[in-house]
Parts: sequence; C-alpha cells; structure tokens
Amino acid sequence: MKVAVASGKGGTGKTTVSASLVSVWQSPVIAMDLDVEEPNLHLFINPSITGERTANMEIPVADESRCNQCGKCAELCQFKAISLMGKIILTYPEMCHGCGGCLAICQEGALSPGYRELGEILWGGTDYGEFLMGRLRVGEAMSPPLMRAVKIRLAEMTSSAGTDVIIDAPPGVSCPAVNAVMDSDVILLVSEPTPFGLYDMKLAHQAFSLLNKPMAAIINRAGLGTSEMADYCISSGLEILAEIPYDRRIAEAYAAGHIIADVDSDFRKLFMVLADKIKAIAGAAESREVWNG
Amino acid sequence: MGKIAVSCEEPALDSRIESRFGRAAGFLIVDPETLEFSYIDNGSSQAMSQGAGIQAAENIFRSGAKIVLTGYVGPKAFQSLSAAGIQIGQNIENMTVRQAIEKFKAGEVDMAESPNRMGHGA
Repeated sequence: MKVAVASGKGGTGKTTVSASLVSVWQSPVIAMDLDVEEPNLHLFINPSITGERTANMEIPVADESRCNQCGKCAELCQFKAISLMGKIILTYPEMCHGCGGCLAICQEGALSPGYRELGEILWGGTDYGEFLMGRLRVGEAMSPPLMRAVKIRLAEMTSSAGTDVIIDAPPGVSCPAVNAVMDSDVILLVSEPTPFGLYDMKLAHQAFSLLNKPMAAIINRAGLGTSEMADYCISSGLEILAEIPYDRRIAEAYAAGHIIADVDSDFRKLFMVLADKIKAIAGAAESREVWNG
Repeated sequence: MGKIAVSCEEPALDSRIESRFGRAAGFLIVDPETLEFSYIDNGSSQAMSQGAGIQAAENIFRSGAKIVLTGYVGPKAFQSLSAAGIQIGQNIENMTVRQAIEKFKAGEVDMAESPNRMGHGA
C-alpha cells in the first residue's frame, strides 16, 4: 500500500505527519520523500544513507555538420528546446522535457543523445524502516522527471511484496504534486483551519478527485481559526481522519527535529489510530475493487 | 541599412513600444530610410508556457530584420538572435516605434552585448 501525504498549501504539516506515521507504522515501511525541490523528511527520521545515484535525462546534442536544415526536430519540439535559425541549429538543454521525439525524427544523424543532470537519489535505513529520497539539482526547473527516477528506485526496493510506502509529497496541485500522488493507494490531505488552508485544500481536493482514489483529510493546528475547514470536509464527503492540536509542544519538537509522535503518549496514540484508519480505508477500497471485478 | 524589428503594442508607427521582447503582441518591421513597415503577429509566443523568447526570435529571423529594438531580452532569446547575427538594442521604453527608429538613426542606441533580463525557470 502506498500512502501519499499531500496538501494544497505548503507548511501545513506533511512532513510532520509523514515522519510520525513512519514511526508508528506496524508493518515494513519505506519512507519516501518526493518533495525533491526541498526534501526535509530526512531531518526528522535521520536515515543512514547507504546508496545514491545521479538521475539524468536524455537531451539532444546537435551536430551542425550533419544537419540538412529540414526543421522537423524544431517543429516537433513543443518546448522550444531546439530552434533552427537559418542554417544554425540551436539547442536549449534546460528547456528539454526528455521526450526523445527529436532524436527519433532526425534522419540525418545530426542529433545524438546527451544528458542533463536532474539531481540525486539517496536511500538507506532508519530506526523505522527503509528510506528513499530525491534531491533536485540546484538550477533544475523540472521536478517530475527526477520524481519518476526516484519511483524507479522505489520499484527496485519493493520487489518483495507487502512493504508499505509513505510518500511525503510536495505541496500544491501542479505537476510535481500530481506526480507524487498519482501512483498511491490513499491520498491524505493535510491542512490547517485558516483561510489560506481552506482555499488550497479545496483546490487539492478538486484536483486529486480526478484520480479516483480514496482521499481523506487531516486537520493540523486544530483549534486555530474557524470551523470552516471541518464544515467543508463534512459537506464534501471528505473524512477527517485526525485532528492534530495547535500546541506549542509540537512546534518546539518540530523545531528541534523531533518526531511529534514521540512528544507524549497522547500524540503517539493519535498517529497509531490514524495509521489504523488509513489501512482501513485502503482495505475497503481494495475489497470494493475486488467486488466490482 | 537593414530592416529593424521593433516590439510594439499595435501595428502602427505611433504605437507604444512593448517593453517585453518574447511576450510582445507583435513586431513592426521597419525600413529606417523610408519608414515603410510590415507587421508580424507574435500572439503565438504569448500563448506559450515556455520558449516565448526563442519563438519570437524565430519570427524576427523569418522577417529578415537585422536589428531588434525592444525593452528587455532574456538570455535564450538573446542567444538565439545573436546566433542569427541579429543585433539587439535594448532598454528602449516609454516611446513610440517612430521615436525609437529616430533614436536609432541618431546613433543613440548602443547594441547590447548581453541580455538584460534573467531567464524564467532556469
């Protein structure tokens, strides 16, 4: 089972929830940080890194001497990564999305594959299980290609069945966020009861609803603001799996790099109940699928 | 003297200069001697998620203009225009196309050696 911990608004507690969930999870689990633009799950679960590799994307390298200026590559590219200015062929490697179309369409051998570094993939172990993360190269504009490479590593790590995955997703509702949740079995939306929190929660709920996956809410900093968040969840059929109180001890533990579930037994119990509810939701969805064939 | 492409808001000599190169509505291609002009629409670049400056540079290249007068040029458009041997006069704002051409003819426009805007997303 893969659990994506997502949110519309940033800073609502995705990593806080992910780290605590990992720490109370009762079956084998991989903690995966897919917020590759600013990964921070490792700061809380302190993995020892045992392996790493660089992720690259294939990009075209032009050989002007073999180019017959047919212009097919430049016409094909939807991202302006190749431009033909008269007899001069220009490539913009940082614009390339790596589709490989230009390499396939060139009949003259004027384009050959090169590579752009996307970032690094790191893995290892923690006190709670295995760990995997991606870290985007500074200056790289696109995170989904690296996220896909991290997921390839995940598939290698989960070759034995029965390992669960908790995904710390990037915030928002654009390509990186959708890429992080699209392969999950359950999506958790972590939010806070503030006007910004509610607005972005609605966006995320709408965007991820199109994926037809079981989805539920976690309200962090509960007690802050108004009841509008809870009202929205109830009226839109979004089950609230947990409410994490607005409590100074949580902020202090977070700032010290500690896991919230370790703060006291009440918090530990909150996350253990949450873990059970997540498993129940995933199980219910699975049996529905079996029932529906 | 070669033709001059000027980024503009409307297809007229007295149109205000559009300060953005890549996202300009269009370009007036002006013969600086006779002030005869044609207009090229750059609307397709405005609609692009990325690469607008490169697309605009291609449009300029096809027009045959050898000089560009505009406000701001990003690094990719600059590279693209330079590769095609097109000279760039930038930081030209708050005037009409006609005034920009006159300024250029009076020798008051220096040709740029580097872009004057950071790129987007890179």
